[in-house]
Amino acid sequence: MTFTIPTDIRRLDPQAVAAESDQIKKNAHIQYLAQENRVDVLDLLHDKGTGHWGGSSSVSEILTTLYFDGMNIRPDEPEWADRDRVVISKGHAAPMIYTVMAKRGYFPVEELDSLRQINSRLQGHPCMRKLPGVELSTGALGHGISVCTGIALASNLQKRETWTWCIVGEGCLNEGESWEGIMTAAKFKTNRFVVLVDHNKVQLDGPCDDIMPLGSLADKFRAFGFTVADHSYDGHDVNAIQESLAWAKSNDTSGPLCIIYDTHKGHGVDFMSDNYKWHGAPIGVDDYQSARPQLVETLKELEASL
Amino acid sequence: MSTTTAPQKIALRDAFGAGLVELGKTNEQLVALDADVSSSCKTAAFGAAYPDRFFNCGVGEANMVDIAAGLALGGQRPVCSTFALFLVLKGAEQIRNTVCYNKLPVIIAGGYGGLSDSYDGASHQSLTDIAVMRSLPNMTVVVPGDANGVQHALEQGLEMDGPLYLRLSRNPTPVYSNTCSEPLTIGKIRRLRSGSDITIAVCGVVTNQTLEAVDILDQQGVSAELLEVHTLKPFDTETLIASVAKTGRILTVEEHNVIGGLAGAVAECTAQHHPVPMKTIGVQDCFTESGDYDELLDKYGLSTQNIVAKAKELLS
Ligand SMILES: Cc1ncc(C[n+]2csc(CCOP(=O)(O)OP(=O)(O)O)c2C)c(N)n1
Repeated sequence: MTFTIPTDIRRLDPQAVAAESDQIKKNAHIQYLAQENRVDVLDLLHDKGTGHWGGSSSVSEILTTLYFDGMNIRPDEPEWADRDRVVISKGHAAPMIYTVMAKRGYFPVEELDSLRQINSRLQGHPCMRKLPGVELSTGALGHGISVCTGIALASNLQKRETWTWCIVGEGCLNEGESWEGIMTAAKFKTNRFVVLVDHNKVQLDGPCDDIMPLGSLADKFRAFGFTVADHSYDGHDVNAIQESLAWAKSNDTSGPLCIIYDTHKGHGVDFMSDNYKWHGAPIGVDDYQSARPQLVETLKELEASL
Repeated sequence: MSTTTAPQKIALRDAFGAGLVELGKTNEQLVALDADVSSSCKTAAFGAAYPDRFFNCGVGEANMVDIAAGLALGGQRPVCSTFALFLVLKGAEQIRNTVCYNKLPVIIAGGYGGLSDSYDGASHQSLTDIAVMRSLPNMTVVVPGDANGVQHALEQGLEMDGPLYLRLSRNPTPVYSNTCSEPLTIGKIRRLRSGSDITIAVCGVVTNQTLEAVDILDQQGVSAELLEVHTLKPFDTETLIASVAKTGRILTVEEHNVIGGLAGAVAECTAQHHPVPMKTIGVQDCFTESGDYDELLDKYGLSTQNIVAKAKELLS
């Protein structure tokens, strides 16, 4: 079976979304696009008989907002030295990462069909040496914060004005290396480096509180020397995400920053949301048929505000 | 070594530290990282000379490797240094998944290689690093034997388009290569002596003991060809095979477990291209212990006499 982009939903022209100059309109369009991406990821995962729906859905609005507005990037020139960089340390969100990147113009949307297939550039977890635009090969959890600290140190050393964004989930924050990286970024007062926590409170094996309780993340980051936004943001609300990015950008000389987003793993489908079983399970026919209409219904609601 | 004056002795770590400072003068991309042992591994001098380009990451080797990778992604040329044992084993997953998988130009400089952290004992002695580093795709593995070798490997490593594992050593050891016609060239075996009866392959500071053994063998009428296999990967198959085709036998000498290091690389090569009888000298897959460095080398078989004896066994 070959995956084709379904035409039963209204599709935005992603280039137009990226180019939109009216901010209110742009935010509404990003909100819509993020939900459209969710439908596309669900379709793709069902079609390919593979998983990682939960963590993909969770990060949809954060990624779509960054790629379509938050970052200074040139998809047609992925090696541009003055680009902002995002490392998605939770590399298992690959289906969403690829969907957002394709729409942003890094590669043809049709190529999504090759996800996880032999000879594809779309590896199960992103590979920077295969797919231009991927800033770091991820998949093994826990590397992002350290590597981004290094990227940001280089940017600071070279007196560039670029931003380095690192998206982590709880899994990365279970890893001791992340906290070593956090201490290091704090020690060197790394500017324009932001850790974005996709805080959906569910891991692979169960709820975080059962697997490895993280306690108050804001307090932990603060104690380790980061400047943390004074409240968490709704990670499924593009306006809130935009506010959080504006907060970061107004703190460009405050050393390393942290923003915590309240999100839901598997967001958008009632029986999948907050349920660890949908971390990596493939989506069979019955579940697909119950899930998709829910996503489409929300999309239709969002259409009204376009 | 038939010279009458004793050769100059320089520790590889000192050559490394001085080399970094020197290269830092002209190479502005060069940055160094250490994990709270910069005074031991000698990156401290680089830190004093170029404080903006030195990052002491504290005792967190895995994190340090990834920070170095990030600096490389950002366009710098990082050299990441700490004790070989901790760098290679605590940083293994980072070296594999970040540095090697992404083919990043990071120099992984393992100080205190082999038994050279002798008094600290087995917890600090690095005898598996070559095996681990050699098995990682994209990694180049170089084990210099003297100060000149370190300098040359460092210069060449900073021009490479990918990672380099550079194994260093703690104690002052003789500079044997001043009289060599060619510098250490990464990827190319250096022939230190020509001979026809037996090939001896060596890497690292025990090249000194091996040179002495070759002189003794010579006095006893055995013509040994000595190959300095400083680059364990990529392996110079051509030079090695030409030598064993001539001599018909090979002895390997290394300050490493006999599993997976030089012996492994040589056996993989000869077994496929030109099988010959072989013997290996190295640590016999055991945990080692504290003591004077030279006494430890002797105890674990890396003495001039043992090299002579093993060569003769192979000849008989
Ligand atoms: C080092 C490492 N250990 C284990 C895994 C297997 N694994 C993949 S995702 C995951 C849990 C991730 O949880 P979280 O970061 O909260 O992701 P999200 O809920 O956002 O999908 C685990 C254990 C891995 N990829 N890397």
